[in-house]
Amino acid sequence: MIRFDAVSKNYPNGTTAVDELSLELAEGGITVLVGPSGCGKTTTLRMINRMVEPTAGTVSLRGRDIREVHAPELRRGIGYVIQHAGLFPHRTILDNIATVPLLLGWSRKKARARAAELLELVGLPSEMAKRYPNQLSGGQQQRVGVARALGADPPVLLMDEPFSAVDPIVRAELQAEFIRLQKELHKTIVFVTHDIDEAIRLGDNIAVFRTGGKLAQFDTPERLLAHPADDFVAGFVGQDRGIRRLSFVKAAEVPLREGPVLPETSPVARARTVDEPWVLVVDEARRPLGWAAVAGLPDTGTLADAPLAPLGHTFSLVGDSARAALDAALLSPSRLAVGVDAEGAVVGVADAYELSAVMAAAEAVAAEAAAGDAGADAPGGGER
Amino acid sequence: MSDGEPLVRWDWIADHAGELADYTGVHLRLGLLPVVFGLIISVPLGILCHRWRWLYPPVLTVANILYSIPSLALFMIFVRYTGLTERTVMIPLTLYTLSVLVPNVVDGLASVPEPVRLAATAMGFGPIRSVVQVELPIAVPVVIAGVRVAAVSSISLVAVGQLIGQGGLGYYITRGLQLDFPTPIVTAIVLIMLLALATDALLVLAQRLLTPWSRNKVTAA
Ligand SMILES: Nc1ncnc2c1ncn2[C@@H]1O[C@H](COP(=O)(O)OP(=O)(O)OP(=O)(O)O)[C@@H](O)[C@H]1O
Ligand SMILES: [Mg+2]
Repeated sequence: MIRFDAVSKNYPNGTTAVDELSLELAEGGITVLVGPSGCGKTTTLRMINRMVEPTAGTVSLRGRDIREVHAPELRRGIGYVIQHAGLFPHRTILDNIATVPLLLGWSRKKARARAAELLELVGLPSEMAKRYPNQLSGGQQQRVGVARALGADPPVLLMDEPFSAVDPIVRAELQAEFIRLQKELHKTIVFVTHDIDEAIRLGDNIAVFRTGGKLAQFDTPERLLAHPADDFVAGFVGQDRGIRRLSFVKAAEVPLREGPVLPETSPVARARTVDEPWVLVVDEARRPLGWAAVAGLPDTGTLADAPLAPLGHTFSLVGDSARAALDAALLSPSRLAVGVDAEGAVVGVADAYELSAVMAAAEAVAAEAAAGDAGADAPGGGER
Repeated sequence: MSDGEPLVRWDWIADHAGELADYTGVHLRLGLLPVVFGLIISVPLGILCHRWRWLYPPVLTVANILYSIPSLALFMIFVRYTGLTERTVMIPLTLYTLSVLVPNVVDGLASVPEPVRLAATAMGFGPIRSVVQVELPIAVPVVIAGVRVAAVSSISLVAVGQLIGQGGLGYYITRGLQLDFPTPIVTAIVLIMLLALATDALLVLAQRLLTPWSRNKVTAA
């Protein structure tokens, strides 16, 4: 869909911003460009809509060299979201969103109707339509920026650190919203960030750049974490990439054992026969109530009378990743993670050591996959 | 001034009300048309200076030199071509506004935040559309600030045109001096000040109407 062929950008002052980049970005996916400051991410992005012209090589969009298209026209077909939203202060929110449709010559009425739809799509109340940008918070402005970029429903969206100027809570919210939106819209998105966590969270494919504008690795997030191409990439993805990789393993794949799970109606004597320091007390529907320390049990009665330590958090076999399971194990008083099904009933438990077995399994799968596509094209085109 | 003559004779003002109104109209025309012409020259000139920065220092130097030439000298130059007409007054006044208006247009355009400029390009505004539809509207508050200064100074400068017989309310100042009669002088000065104040107030109002977006700032997180 978007293809870079031996593209370089040298500035007159001698800076090489992008060096011999060859890359093919898949249609309908999110490609994240990530790397340290000054490595050429913005330059690469702007070469796609001709805000920067390459010194060498060609960029093509759907098989067509973009130099053949008049720049303003090309840009009206490509959404662009920038870091500080860059909303037009003199236009209302609605008219900001209607910008590109109006440039394309839509009637004012149709453009505004479209803008109202988009305002809702990005989760803003319709009362905001008549406000001006300086009456919105940073996070709200960023949403308007996204809506404006979607104005004429362009197939391609370029986003330059769109969420980096807001606080972490708002950022997480915007990211989640963005993932939801993309599920609905299936745009071809090029997303720039210098935050590797954001890259892993959002990217279908990630291009890691190193200083000097060189592509260091182009891969899926899983493979980037499992097989960094070199020390630079390994360093960039961080020390905890082992734990991060667990994000890509579904909790359903975690091996669970029945373990010390007892109903609250059990006599305390029963708990003592289990050879474990902690028992997990559950109700009649097997929903977990808490951990009981065997050493602290009363002499008689049932487990309902026993003092319970709080559960910490459980992990769900339907939605969570193995990373959540590991976290649950580390925070549990018994050091056992409790896995629950969709109804919240306990399926089984696992400790951190048992969870690490998932890693080995994931490793094997990844190795197999790597062997599998060795002959075929790497994901999304890969380096060539 | 003869003894016993009051500063203001109200009956004189009442007798000359119609004439005073006429001269006030002329004064306003002589004062404000140069600002309009100045704006017509300054906006494109300012855009060019913003686009090609090297152009700005020489343009500003010329505008400042023009401003430093005494009005009498300029009248004497133009009177040879345009005679003892209103044009001879308005041309120098127009030239004087440039030293305020050109820098304000340039500063106004420079006040457009870089992300906004970039966004305009990225959305597909061509260079001319970007200036007309995005950058100039955002420059309006700074430009109007310049227009206020230019309008007030232009209105007070008109009186000097009386040197060639085209001074609007300035007429009453020379008349009063010739007749040793203070009432017309005081009346003219007060009217000129009122005109300047009213014009300034109207410009403030115009800015509020033209730039509703620059008010209601919130500092939400
Ligand atoms: N107009 C320019 N003239 C000269 N050098 C430039 C110009 N624009 C960018 N550069 C240089 O090109 C290199 C790449 O810049 P670019 O903006 O693409 O980096 P980036 O990866 O987006 O960085 P950041 O994360 O800081 O935004 C930098 O070294 C930068 O200084
Ligand atoms: Mg950048």
